[in-house]
Amino acid sequence: MKTTRPRSRRLRGFTTILLFLLPALVLFLALVVAPILLAFYASVFKWNGMRGLPTNFIGMANFTRVLADEVFLGDLWRGLLLIILSVAIQLPLSLGIAMLLNQKIRGRAFFRLLFFAPYVLSEAITAVLFMMILSPTDGLANYILGWFGIDQLDWFADPSTVMMSVFIVMTWKYFGFHMILYIAGRQGIPKELTEAAQIDGATGWKVFRYVTLPLLGPTIRISVFLSVIGAIQLFDLVWIITGGGPSHSSETMAVTMFQFGFKRFQVGYASAISVVMFFISLVFALFYQRYVMRRDLEGASTVLRDQR
Amino acid sequence: MSANRHRQSPTSGGPLRSISLHVIVVITALFVGVPLLYAVIGGFKTTRQLSSNPLGLPSPWVPENYTGILASASFWRMLWNSTYIAVLTTLVVVAVSALAAFVFARFAFRGREALFTMFAAGLMFPFAVAILPLFVLLRMFGLLDNPLGVILPQAAFGMPMTIIILRGFFRAIPGEIEEAAILDGCSPFGFFWRILLPMARPAIATVSVLAVVNSWNQFMLPLVVFSDDSFFTIPLGVQQFQGQYATDIARVMAYIVVAMLPALGFYAVAERQLVSGLTAGAVKG
Repeated sequence: MKTTRPRSRRLRGFTTILLFLLPALVLFLALVVAPILLAFYASVFKWNGMRGLPTNFIGMANFTRVLADEVFLGDLWRGLLLIILSVAIQLPLSLGIAMLLNQKIRGRAFFRLLFFAPYVLSEAITAVLFMMILSPTDGLANYILGWFGIDQLDWFADPSTVMMSVFIVMTWKYFGFHMILYIAGRQGIPKELTEAAQIDGATGWKVFRYVTLPLLGPTIRISVFLSVIGAIQLFDLVWIITGGGPSHSSETMAVTMFQFGFKRFQVGYASAISVVMFFISLVFALFYQRYVMRRDLEGASTVLRDQR
Repeated sequence: MSANRHRQSPTSGGPLRSISLHVIVVITALFVGVPLLYAVIGGFKTTRQLSSNPLGLPSPWVPENYTGILASASFWRMLWNSTYIAVLTTLVVVAVSALAAFVFARFAFRGREALFTMFAAGLMFPFAVAILPLFVLLRMFGLLDNPLGVILPQAAFGMPMTIIILRGFFRAIPGEIEEAAILDGCSPFGFFWRILLPMARPAIATVSVLAVVNSWNQFMLPLVVFSDDSFFTIPLGVQQFQGQYATDIARVMAYIVVAMLPALGFYAVAERQLVSGLTAGAVKG
């Protein structure tokens, strides 16, 4: 009580607050909020994006068009596919490696540094690197597959393998990031808990299944959340490697939006796609925070309240 | 100690299990490391060597791919563009966010939580959602083909994470310090500038490293803002170079290796800050 009262009385002053907040507010309103509002506005017009504001009001026509567009529906399906693959393959891999590197393995500092390194490389560099490695003609991957007598794959050039190839690149680039999250989460679990379980006779797998894994829940939920947001906005890798091809088979929502907005000058229609992406993110984030991360956030907010 | 020995006892697998664990880690290390090594070594080959002998060492070693890139003015220009865009983005986002985080952490006023939630909500929205209207706005402001057209939006989109991390840190600084400063006649800005910021140096370092890495790797924004390639940053340069020399694979490989070096060098220096920023952001976001 004594410590908070005088502080709140002294550090008040409306002008001080306003002056400190003003730069952040201006920047945020002008470059984050305004664009999102502008996307809403432009989405109900037929507009080629030329200077000035749109005039040809067409109501919800852009939205009925996008929701009936096969490419866009395909984008949704491919996004879902990437999310499923990430959650089923990439995140368990990250978790497993994180648990291994948590043990006293020789060279674990080196492995951790190596596995996380791709995360700091730009998507552009990653994309070009894998265009060469997964090249159908003289790529490294086909050369190695040859040792095992496996037929050459066309990777990004074949509609049936392109998504798998994109997923391989995403795993290479991002699994180390999730691994780092899991390692941090694992280090937050008190040693006493796992040791107590071991003393009670639990073996390695059981300790993991009944002690470590439940306590990692908040980290896992955050990591899934970030994977989904990442899949919704996936652009750089796909744009550089395939541009969405062959014949739309690797296109994502962001790529479709970019095609219409910046290449075909259907800015009204592309804005409608942006608005749909906005709502997908919003609905997902609200749903996820309300139902999946609820317990984590409750815990967090009580901690914050204590600090206040 | 006894618990430790227990973990390695034969009932939980013993040497066999330990070997298989090592195998998994080593396979993963090959999956991550071989592409990087392949690129480094491939850059020393000619494209013909590369297709006849993808994995072996170059014979002879051909340094021309690398020296050619290091001698080209356009590469150094892109390195400079990337550097100063990253530095200015970081300065703007950290300065603006620190002021705001200070208010959110240290002042009590009506609407504080609502405002903070507005900023924090920015975290949930993919950059891709805003890129098209952002382009229209930047054109209206005359910021196309202008580094500010990249710097300011990057700073704006970096604010949510920066504010969240800094607010948490500012909050943890005890109220007594603030009271003492105010009693000694410190103004709010004086307290912020002379006491809070120096104390928050580790947090400032963390958010700065995040801002630099995000700016350095940003592709979509410079792609739409810059049409004049004298403004190009490294990611745009990589894409452009790949387009120009698509058939000369060895040369492209050397180019991406050279383009990787600044990021990897920075990673080697700032790994700790990067990791703490990402984990703090993920846990608090």
